[in-house]
Amino acid sequence: MEQTQDCVAAAVADAHRREWGFVLAATLRVTGDVDLAEECVQDAYAKALQVWASRGIPDRPGGWLTTVARHRALDLRRREATLARALPLLVDDQGEPAADVVVAAGEIPDDRLRLICTCCHPALAPEAQVALTLRLLCGLTTAEVARAFLVSEPTMAARLTRAKKKIAAARIPYRVPPADELPQRLTGVLAVVHLVFTTGHTAPVSDDLVRRDLVERALDLARMLRLLLPRDPDVAGLLALILLTDARRSTRVDRTGRLLLLEEQDRSQWNAAEIREGLLLVREASDHRPPGRYALQAAIAAVHASARSWADTDWDEVVALYDVLCTIWPSPVVALNRAVAVGMAQGPEAGLRAIDAVADEPELAGYRYLPAARADFLRRAGRAGEARSQYAEAIALSDNSVEREFLTGRMRGLDPGI
Amino acid sequence: MSQYLILIYEDEAGYVEGGEAIWAEVGAEHGGFGQANEKALLGGNALQPSPTATSIRGGVVTDGPFAETKEALGGYYLIEAANLDEAIAIAKQVPARFGGVEVRPIMVLG
Repeated sequence: MEQTQDCVAAAVADAHRREWGFVLAATLRVTGDVDLAEECVQDAYAKALQVWASRGIPDRPGGWLTTVARHRALDLRRREATLARALPLLVDDQGEPAADVVVAAGEIPDDRLRLICTCCHPALAPEAQVALTLRLLCGLTTAEVARAFLVSEPTMAARLTRAKKKIAAARIPYRVPPADELPQRLTGVLAVVHLVFTTGHTAPVSDDLVRRDLVERALDLARMLRLLLPRDPDVAGLLALILLTDARRSTRVDRTGRLLLLEEQDRSQWNAAEIREGLLLVREASDHRPPGRYALQAAIAAVHASARSWADTDWDEVVALYDVLCTIWPSPVVALNRAVAVGMAQGPEAGLRAIDAVADEPELAGYRYLPAARADFLRRAGRAGEARSQYAEAIALSDNSVEREFLTGRMRGLDPGI
Repeated sequence: MSQYLILIYEDEAGYVEGGEAIWAEVGAEHGGFGQANEKALLGGNALQPSPTATSIRGGVVTDGPFAETKEALGGYYLIEAANLDEAIAIAKQVPARFGGVEVRPIMVLG
């Protein structure tokens, strides 16, 4: 069955996006070496381009790729048997079947939970955890990972190499942690996925507000965790949070790239499917007591997603949810968000008082949303002069040109103040 | 199995201020740690305080530890563990009320 080149290229690209982590996780068991596994998986994708063109696209591209990558790994290992590496990856099978058998496509165990637990091991630096996850689970190139986190490619390459060396030398095991350790380790994994999402959602330094590629990777990772841990309320909460926040993506800027606030967004353009899925997950995650951090943030996003208009928003409910969030996840940023909700529920002066109560937190020094929130309430309260200086401060602190333009517009729109 | 060195770094002032009572208490804690982890322990020692240290660099002998830090190396354990997770689980039990511990994998040569 002949396939057109375009069709095959699209299928390989799709398999790259969907299956990279699966194929790599399975191959890693055979190679016991991260670099070698990456090489074999890369080879398998290159081979797919040729073979799928002449023999057709397989029913299970992931299984096909894994089998090819594993064969290649076994081949290389046999050839290099005498050069056995001093420190192979520590595959901890805990009674699972031997890993060095290439199994039929349908029987390949899903090792992605192992892989993400190893990538996000607390003994690795947080920035290395994110980089490894994007590289090994999502298949991003070193250059792409470097671009996502605003460092040079050599710097990122060095960071990845250092992390891989530590995994081998310190013997970080390639395994899913036992049940008593899993919740704590999962917290770290979820933090990494959340960081990928927030980095993409509002790109820290960019001419675009959203880095779509990163948002989609975060969504892929959250969906993967949901598949692997279908009963975990924190996983459900994080997936819900990402879906409900991302549902607004297309309405966050107008056609000219200008930032639109929640208040100005065209709610009919929100992604209804993402909202539907997100609301179901919020319900499930909120059934768990006490509710987790992501479930509460998702519940707040759900209030917005369910409100027909800005005016219809149940701000008292938002404040109540922030109150709970402040107790289980106390942070100055959460407290600031709560203050903003108070202002929406009880008026700008109440909002300003609530902001003043948290403004001295050292963590908020230099945080651009603090003067921005203050400016907005001052503007609503008719205190244009004070609003102007707060806008100026927020503009000076923002590195995102879309955000800066929005704030400048707001500042220009102020009535000549006292 | 792999070997790891657990290095105990603590603020020595804590022991000076705490006197004999602290020594007895912490000593008992180390005894308990040793018993609980008997199988994994290959060795370990407490060190004399850092003012007793002598440093040698390029043949020049000087008084004092290699680097003056608030928390000084005060002792170590050499352990055997299947992997870093197991080593961390053991290291978490090491008494170090005036500081913390560092886990370092032993390099395998040859």
